[in-house]
Amino acid sequence: MIEALAGVGYIASRRIATALYMAAHLQKPVLVEGVAGVGKTELALCTSAMLGLPLIRMQCYEGLDESKALYEWKYGKQLLYTQLLKDRMSLALAGAETMDEAMDQLHGMGDFFYSEPFLEPRPLLKAMRQEGGCVLLIDEIDKSDEAFEAFLLEVLSAYQVSIPEIGSVKAATPPIVFLTSNNVRDLGDALKRRCLHLHIPLPDAKLEQKIVATRVPGIEGRLNAQLVAFVQALREMDLRKAPSISETVDWARALILMHAEALGPDLVRDTLNVILKFEADIDAIEPKVGEILSRPAQPVLA
Amino acid sequence: MSLLGGEADAPMQETLEGFFKALRANDVKVTPAEAIDAHAAAELAGYTDRALFRDALAATLAKSAAEVDRFESVFDTYFRRSAFDAFEAPEPIPEEAMASDLAQLLLGGDSNAIAQAMEAAAQAANVQSIRLPTQRPRFARRMLEEMGVEALDRLIGELRGQGETQGALADRLAERRKALAAETSDFVQRQHELYAKDAGRRLRDEALAQKQLTAVDDKDMAAMQSLVRRLAKKLADRYSRRRRRARRGALDVRRTLRKSMGYGGIPFDIVWKTQKIDKPKLVVLVDVSKSVAAAAQFLLMFCYSLNEVVDRLDSFAFSGRLVPVGDIMDAEQVDGAIVEVLKRIGFQQSDYGRAFKDFAEGHMDVLDRHTTVIILGDGRNNYGEAHVEVLKAMQERARAIVWLNPEPEAYWGVGDSEMDRYSRFCHVAKSCNTLKGLERIIEDVLRKYLPH
Repeated sequence: MIEALAGVGYIASRRIATALYMAAHLQKPVLVEGVAGVGKTELALCTSAMLGLPLIRMQCYEGLDESKALYEWKYGKQLLYTQLLKDRMSLALAGAETMDEAMDQLHGMGDFFYSEPFLEPRPLLKAMRQEGGCVLLIDEIDKSDEAFEAFLLEVLSAYQVSIPEIGSVKAATPPIVFLTSNNVRDLGDALKRRCLHLHIPLPDAKLEQKIVATRVPGIEGRLNAQLVAFVQALREMDLRKAPSISETVDWARALILMHAEALGPDLVRDTLNVILKFEADIDAIEPKVGEILSRPAQPVLA
Repeated sequence: MSLLGGEADAPMQETLEGFFKALRANDVKVTPAEAIDAHAAAELAGYTDRALFRDALAATLAKSAAEVDRFESVFDTYFRRSAFDAFEAPEPIPEEAMASDLAQLLLGGDSNAIAQAMEAAAQAANVQSIRLPTQRPRFARRMLEEMGVEALDRLIGELRGQGETQGALADRLAERRKALAAETSDFVQRQHELYAKDAGRRLRDEALAQKQLTAVDDKDMAAMQSLVRRLAKKLADRYSRRRRRARRGALDVRRTLRKSMGYGGIPFDIVWKTQKIDKPKLVVLVDVSKSVAAAAQFLLMFCYSLNEVVDRLDSFAFSGRLVPVGDIMDAEQVDGAIVEVLKRIGFQQSDYGRAFKDFAEGHMDVLDRHTTVIILGDGRNNYGEAHVEVLKAMQERARAIVWLNPEPEAYWGVGDSEMDRYSRFCHVAKSCNTLKGLERIIEDVLRKYLPH
C-alpha cells in the first residue's frame, strides 16, 4: 500500500497506510487531523489517483447547508418548463368541465417537476450515486456548523441520503470518505465515533527528504538534506506558524527555479518568505539564519 | 464478536477487553461501538505484526492527537513481552518436580505458558481492582499464591535435604522462583499503572476543585493551575463560537426579494431572518488586595486562563487603584503574569470606591450592551467611600454584572463589607470559594446572560 501510494507521489508512513487499509475494508470514513499543509487533502487526492476512482470534493465553510451539500431542485428549469408547458397544460385541461376534474387530471400527470431530471445533485448525492465507488473528500469539516455535522452522521454511517420527494438514495458502492480537520473547533463525539482517526504529524527528517525527493524530482540529494535540516530546525523554534511539508516542497521548488546548488545565508534570507508566513516570524529568524545553517547537517539520504 | 458474525478466539477477545479497560482508565474514551470496530480492525490486521496491530487499533480507538499518545503508552505497557524469554530452551523435566505444577511450568521454560498462568492468577486475585500503590505487594503475593507457590516452596525444601542432584534442582527452582516473583511484582506494577494511575490524579483533582480557594497549599499549585486551565478551556470551548440561529417565522423580505430575482421575481427561496449570536465579551475586575490575598492568586489564574481562551476579554486588577492587566497577561507566562500583577498593585488596602472611579474615568467605554462584567472580590472597602453610583452606571451600560465573592453570604454587610449595597446593582451576586463553584457560576453566567 505504501508503495502504491508512493507510485502516485505520496510518501505515506505505516500508520497512514494502515488507516487507509482499515477504511477501505471496514467501510468507515477516515477523519484526518493535523496542522495545515501536512498533506491531509493530498492524501485523499492521491488515494483517488491510486485507486483510479473519481474524487468528489466538498469544501466546508460556515453556513454550508444541505441544499449546497446534498441536492437542490433546479428551480430555474422548473420555472422555465412550467412557462413553456403552459399552453400544453391548458390544452390538456380543456376537456375538463369543472375545477375538480381539472385537478384530477393534473394529479394524474404525476409529480414530474419533482423528479430526477430536475434534481441538481451536490457533492454528497453525487458521491452516493457514483457507480463503482469514489473517493469523497469533505474538506475542513471543522469550519462547518454543528448542525451540518449532525446532518453528516446519516450520510457517513449508512451511506444513504433521503430526499423527501423521491425517497432515499443508497450508495451501491460505499465511497471512501475522508474528512479533514484543522482543529478550529472540537468535533462532536458522535462524529468522531463513526470515523477512523488519523493524525498526521510533521514528518521526521528522513521521511521529509523522501517526500521532497518525490515531489521535486530535480532536486539534488545534498541540497535536499540541507533544506530539510533547516526546516526541521525551524520547527524546533517558537514560531507563530512553523513551516509544514507543503512549505518545504514549495521552497524546494523555488530553489530549483533559482538554480541553487547549496543553501547559503543570503539565499535563505531572500527566500525565507516562502516558508515563513508571518512578518514577526521572518524578523525573528533572519538574524539566526547563519547559525542554523552552520549546524551539522543530517546525513544525505541515498 | 458475534455481532460481526466472525469467528473470534475467546482469549484474544478477553485480552482486548482488558486493553479497553486499561485505555479507559487512562482517559481514552472507548465506547462499545468503538470496541466492536476495534475487534473488527484487529481481526483484519491480524495479531502477528505488532506494528500493524497497533496502528489498526489506534485508528479505531484513539480519536485525537493527545489520545494517540496515551494510547501508545498504554499499548506498550499492556502488550509487553515477557522476560522469561531469557531462560534457556526447554529441558526434560525431572521426575521430582512433578509434585508441583508450578515447578513444571518454570522448568518447562515456555514463556507463553507462564504468561498465561500469570494472567489467570491475576484474574483470580482480581488485580484489576488495584487502586493504590501501597496495595502492590499484597496483590503480588496473592498472585503468587494463586499460582501455587506454596507447593513449590515445599518441594524446594524437600529437595534440599535429598542429596546433590536434587539440591542442584532445588537451586535451579529457587532461582526461577525468584525470577517469577520479580516478574509478578512487575506485572502488578504494570496493572497499577494501567488501571489506577489516573484514578489517583482524578481523586486529587476532584478534591482540589472542592477545596476552599483560601486553603490551597503551595504544593498543590501546579495541579491547581492545570485544573484551572482545563476549566477555563472547557468554558471557552462551549461559548466562544459565534453562531446564528433562525428566528422562526420572521421573513427576511429584503433577502427574499433579492433571491427571487433569479427566478423571474417569483419568491422560490424564502429567507428567514436569523439572529447572530455573538461570542461572549467579558470584562473581569479582580480584587488583589490584602483581604483576599489567599484567593487572589486563583482569581488571577482563572482570569489568565480565560484571557487565553476568550478572544474578547478585558481584564483589570485593583486594590487601591485599578489598572488594566490585559497586556501583562498577554506578554507573560501564567506565573510571571500573576507575580507581575501582584507586584504592581497587589496586597494594598482595597478601595472599591476608588477602583470603580478609576474604571469609570478611564475604561467606561469598554462596556456596551454585549458585555458581561465579572467582579471577583470580597467587597470590603476599609470604610472608604463606596461610590455605588459608579456601579449603577456600569450596570446601565453593560449587559450584566456578576459579582463573585469568596466570602460566605453570612459575612456580607458585616464590618467594612459593602457587599449588601453593591449587590443591589448586580444581576448576580454569589458567594463562591471553590474552583468548582467558580466554574459552575461562570458557566451559569455565560449561559444566562449571553443569548443563545
